Amino acid sequence: MSENFFLDNSDLQFRLDQLDLHEILEMKEQGYRFHAEIPAAPRNYADARDNYRLILEVLGEICARVIAPRASEADEEGATFHDGEVLYAAATQEAMEAIQQAELMGAMLPWQYGGLNLPETVYQMMVELVSRAEAGLMTIFGLQEVAATVNEYADEETKARVLPKFARGEVGGAMVLTEPDAGSDLGAVQTRATYDETNDSWRLNGVKRFITNGNAEVQLVLARSEEGSADARGLSLFLVERDASVRIRRIENKLGIHTSPTCEIQYKDTPATLIGKRRFGLLRYAMALMNGARLAVGAQGLGIAEAAYREAAHYAGERAQFGRSIRDLPAVGRMLLEMRGEIEAARALICETGRWVDLLKCYEQAVAEAESPDLELRQKQKQAANMADILTPLTKYYATEMGNRVCYQAMQVHGGVGYMREFNIERHCRDVRITNIYEGTSQLQIVAALGKLLGQGLDPLLDEWTARDYGPEQAALKEQLVAANILFKGSVAILKEKARPVIDYHASDLADMAVHLVNSWLLLRDAALRESKRDLAQVYIPTSLTRIHAAARAIGNASDIPLQVQARLLAN
Amino acid sequence: MPYRSIVLVKQVPDTRSIRGEVMTADGTMNRAALPAILNPEDLNALEMALQVRDQYGGTVTIITMGPPQAATVLREALARGADKVILLSDRKFAGADTQATSYTLKCAIARVGEFDLVFCGRQAIDGDTAQVGPQVAQKLGLPQITYAESIVSLEAGEIIVQRAFDLGTEVVKCKLPCLLTVVDSANRPRPASARRRIRNKLAAIPSEIPALLAQWPEFGDPAALQSYLQKNGLAIPVWTAADLAADEALLGLGGSPTQVHKVSYVVLEAAESKEIPATPEGIQALIDELVQEYILG
Repeated sequence: MSENFFLDNSDLQFRLDQLDLHEILEMKEQGYRFHAEIPAAPRNYADARDNYRLILEVLGEICARVIAPRASEADEEGATFHDGEVLYAAATQEAMEAIQQAELMGAMLPWQYGGLNLPETVYQMMVELVSRAEAGLMTIFGLQEVAATVNEYADEETKARVLPKFARGEVGGAMVLTEPDAGSDLGAVQTRATYDETNDSWRLNGVKRFITNGNAEVQLVLARSEEGSADARGLSLFLVERDASVRIRRIENKLGIHTSPTCEIQYKDTPATLIGKRRFGLLRYAMALMNGARLAVGAQGLGIAEAAYREAAHYAGERAQFGRSIRDLPAVGRMLLEMRGEIEAARALICETGRWVDLLKCYEQAVAEAESPDLELRQKQKQAANMADILTPLTKYYATEMGNRVCYQAMQVHGGVGYMREFNIERHCRDVRITNIYEGTSQLQIVAALGKLLGQGLDPLLDEWTARDYGPEQAALKEQLVAANILFKGSVAILKEKARPVIDYHASDLADMAVHLVNSWLLLRDAALRESKRDLAQVYIPTSLTRIHAAARAIGNASDIPLQVQARLLAN
Repeated sequence: MPYRSIVLVKQVPDTRSIRGEVMTADGTMNRAALPAILNPEDLNALEMALQVRDQYGGTVTIITMGPPQAATVLREALARGADKVILLSDRKFAGADTQATSYTLKCAIARVGEFDLVFCGRQAIDGDTAQVGPQVAQKLGLPQITYAESIVSLEAGEIIVQRAFDLGTEVVKCKLPCLLTVVDSANRPRPASARRRIRNKLAAIPSEIPALLAQWPEFGDPAALQSYLQKNGLAIPVWTAADLAADEALLGLGGSPTQVHKVSYVVLEAAESKEIPATPEGIQALIDELVQEYILG
């Protein structure tokens, strides 16, 4: 058993080393002025980076020694429901206590509220570590996005009241969006928010369903504040501090992430605080909340994949058949190699996306604080917003589908025993299955990325990477990626001209092309820095190129024939 | 009411990481080949002291005797919640058996001055003697409660403690101050706190200053760094034999009546083997035999 999930993961350490946080930290730490009052705040850039390493080491040790050893037991017991109250599994309680004792909650909150003021990228590394240890726990630990959203959009009084409790780990968060008839289509939310003039406060009434960690003390609830409205523009976001008017009616019996309670909640005249402005609930705040959570679910898929890969690699090394370890059989070795490539690609992608999200948050704040923000700052903000908007759904899509592929293959490596409850891999397979469903299915992620992809939003990044030098050893691979760029841009041009249903039918081909292209460039960049990445690039990039070429052919041949067939065959 | 606690800790080789190359031909251990950690049951002792502080207030002071490298486990103790740490380090302490060690620790505790409780781990994973705690108590003239598993009550200058043994438990009472040796079933030691680890990462003894300065050149020169550490409570004090006003004849190798005469290499070998037929009957026969020998069942 590993002693530390951070120190045993050289790729994760490499990613931390490669993060360029200069610009982000200069803004976030405001010239490193907090140290004078808060001893845990960094003195300078090198100090901050060293602190991030320490934070990940502390969490990595807890994950390896406290959380992972009881993951199986936690899954077996699961969260339970008694008399209107949710009870976490004993192992989950111990895990949360250890994380709280390690003072790791409030990771992204500013220093003034008792947070650690961490960049998104470092926080996502924490999410990966926790998910590798126990995937369900991530939904309790990982809902720090809720606190981050309160910090970004709530008024000062609410922030001062709620955020320090988050940072001390005294309260947890839930994002309460879904209803029985409003899942992917959140614009259809019916929970009512009414303004009570006598008390100058809002009251909520309605039922929410499939709410992850819905027993949390602090809830962000999407509700219809504009009577008579029927779409997203009539929705606002509210903060609820759970009281007796919030009734948990039941929790779901799920395939996986058993430790995470999925609640049905009834609000009955529940007092609530409006977050930000009316009518912007879904369009601005919930979207921002979901974007952060989508990246975190990507990191969750990655963490589970890491756990599954390690189970498979270990088993393949131990298991002998035909007189040798099965790892030495090319068919098994290939599966392990593909898993490794996909995992490291997803990790690089999450870091790249996190970097843009971090930059975006910093520029947004700078624009908000400046009296007259200059053009350059506004342009930077726009560019970061564009990249975050494209890369977030692509990352969620890739990392969670990758997690599923890796778990599937990891069970395959185990053969028959992997299907047995005694082995961890069956748990990983169950747990990972939700990641490409919740926080927006893969199909929705593709829709979210599609508009920007068709608008050539990825081009600046592809052009920037093309302009770089990767050294003579990587020249041949680079040449192929430059050609793939052209192929991708051509496919965008072809698809754009098609009828809307044909575009939507082939959207997944375009998303596949885009994400494999991005991953390949990121790996090429790494290959110039590290021997093992050079090796991996030799396998991952050619495999990705075949997928890119196949998707390009599909788009090249795009027509409405499949839609006609669909109409005939699937109609009844 | 607040309690002043002292916790005695030891840095030990991490025996969980023992591999073939760690053992030398003469049967001793190459300590340099193993990472040094805080002795596991000392962590239980620290946790018990921290829980007393959490509940009643007070302070937790850590003392360890060892080479300069032992500063590492003191930083670990700070990250886990200790208020103050002290390193006892002097060449004169080297080669000490439990007698000389407990004498040195006793002198250090006397120098700390007033205290209510002394906590030790039951025993260290390298020596396995379980003698140091009791000897310190005896030398200080303190009542001792060994095998402590939980504090049942603590009030009015009296402590009631549950002791744990293989075959049961015992509840005892004594007056403060006293010394407890703590077993591993007592608690789950809290993890290091990330914030405390960050705050204390520069905590250092004087001989570590050059290396620290190489890592953090922004402090300028050793004197500036030393003064920063002093100002921020990060200078770990190092006490020598002279600081303890100890009788040198009782320290280190010279003060140790125990001499290692010979270390034997124990090689476990199976004298005989037996083939079990791979049939239900063969397996049943093996199970019956194991039950018969009280190995199973």
